[in-house]
Amino acid sequence: MMILSTRGLSKSFDGLQAVTKVDFDLPKGEVRALIGPNGAGKTTLVGMICGRIEPTSGHVQFDGEDITRLPAHARIMRGMAYTFQITSVFARLPVTENVALAARRRLSGDAIDRAVADALARVGLSNEAHEDAGNLSYGHQRLLEIAMGLAQSPRLLILDEPTQGLSEGEIADFKTLVRELAGDTTILLIEHNMDVVMETADRVSVLNFGEILAEGTPTEIRENAAVQAAYLGTG
Amino acid sequence: MTASSRVIVLHLGLLALLFGLQFILPAYHHGNLARIMVLASYAVGYNILFGYTGLLSLGHALFFAAGMYGMGLTIQHMGFTPAPALIVGIVAGAFVAGALALLALRTVGVSFMIVTLMFAQAGYLTVLYFGEYTRGDEGFVIQQAQRVLWGVDLSNATNRYFAAWGLFSVSFGLSLWLVRSSFGRTLIAIRENEERVRMLGYDTYKHKLTAMIISGTISAAAGAFYGLLFGYAGASFASVQYSIFPLLWVLLGGAGTVLGPFVGTLFMFYLIDLSSGITSAYLLIAGLALVLLTLFAPQGLIGEIRRRFWKNLP
Repeated sequence: MMILSTRGLSKSFDGLQAVTKVDFDLPKGEVRALIGPNGAGKTTLVGMICGRIEPTSGHVQFDGEDITRLPAHARIMRGMAYTFQITSVFARLPVTENVALAARRRLSGDAIDRAVADALARVGLSNEAHEDAGNLSYGHQRLLEIAMGLAQSPRLLILDEPTQGLSEGEIADFKTLVRELAGDTTILLIEHNMDVVMETADRVSVLNFGEILAEGTPTEIRENAAVQAAYLGTG
Repeated sequence: MTASSRVIVLHLGLLALLFGLQFILPAYHHGNLARIMVLASYAVGYNILFGYTGLLSLGHALFFAAGMYGMGLTIQHMGFTPAPALIVGIVAGAFVAGALALLALRTVGVSFMIVTLMFAQAGYLTVLYFGEYTRGDEGFVIQQAQRVLWGVDLSNATNRYFAAWGLFSVSFGLSLWLVRSSFGRTLIAIRENEERVRMLGYDTYKHKLTAMIISGTISAAAGAFYGLLFGYAGASFASVQYSIFPLLWVLLGGAGTVLGPFVGTLFMFYLIDLSSGITSAYLLIAGLALVLLTLFAPQGLIGEIRRRFWKNLP
């Protein structure tokens, strides 16, 4: 059962073809990494999936329904969550309020406080709960982004380069967290850190010049000649 | 005492203080304070859109005037009594705010300012155009006999103070409740980072639309009460000046604070009142005070207090 499918999904910006006719299928419960060189169209592709970017052509299906015409907030309400590549927290609001905003969309009353405490504990930010988000270090703001995603309790969690700027220890904790979530939550992970990809992903999709170049298990992808060429150049 | 109950005590304390002051204030300040409370209600309405939602409107005079003329014209030309006339004014304001929101919320930032400004100017010109009914710049007086609400003569100073206090209490209390509710907290989040709020699953457009209607309705209620309590409706209340005033009051008092609109209105009113007693160049003194305040308390008086002493002040 596919939780997410795209068919012929394309986007061009003023003649620049960023994503070309992508057919992408993500089964329920899988952790899928989306990798590719800079400028390959990864963020554009997930932008179209979660509704931030309008596709030039093609369709997106979520849980069996065509959501191509739905605005972003309606897609989120159906069970998607998106954490931003460029940290986008509410800098002048307390950490708890940042997470509560995410939780309040589906919960009310005391359940909100519990969900907030739980999400912060899972990313290891419980001690920073009452700080303003803007006072956190960059790495902690990344973790706060993830906590906001968790508090939404999504069916599909899209993480856009979550480990960028995290310390080694934080990356190890992040890998544990993803493994804990795996099974209940389908995860689409855009990631540059190959260790993270190899250790957490069930399968990997490689995007190059806006097209899916290869798809397979982490081991298959590591040994794929075309992927190596795309990353290292064919020179 | 918990942080939350301290906040409630502080805000209810202001209302209690204003209620008590009428028994001890000399007549002159008594009259001033009634006027300030009505104008502060206008600022409270403005603050919901500007201070909490982050939308800078330059057209709120349109809502203030919609309330004032909705009330005044029905009394003047249709023989309404004050209670239904007030309701007409308030409903007119809500309707105008909703209509303008549908158009103006298609824009953001500077365009939003310009669109609201232009529609308010169109409203002002409409008041002048229908001078036969509105009497344009000259305006019209609402006679004492027309200002008796449920047997209470609102031209009487004490009754007027009570009515102004009632209006202010309702709008102030509504504002406090709103910004502590989950709806209000979403508005604050929209002010801080709208795109992120959208990507948390909120329909930000609907939130902004609702905020603008609430803001416009409170502003219209203030306009309707102002006309009724002080017995006059004129085109100057629809002019751009009356769109700038609430912005100024809110900025001085502290945008995005519940107390700020009242403090800013009070401060500005007495700044002009006192400086005009000293010199005819009173705007020079007022201007200087504003420049100093902008330099040393850029977040406004209450905003500064919040920054320094009371971080959780709503």
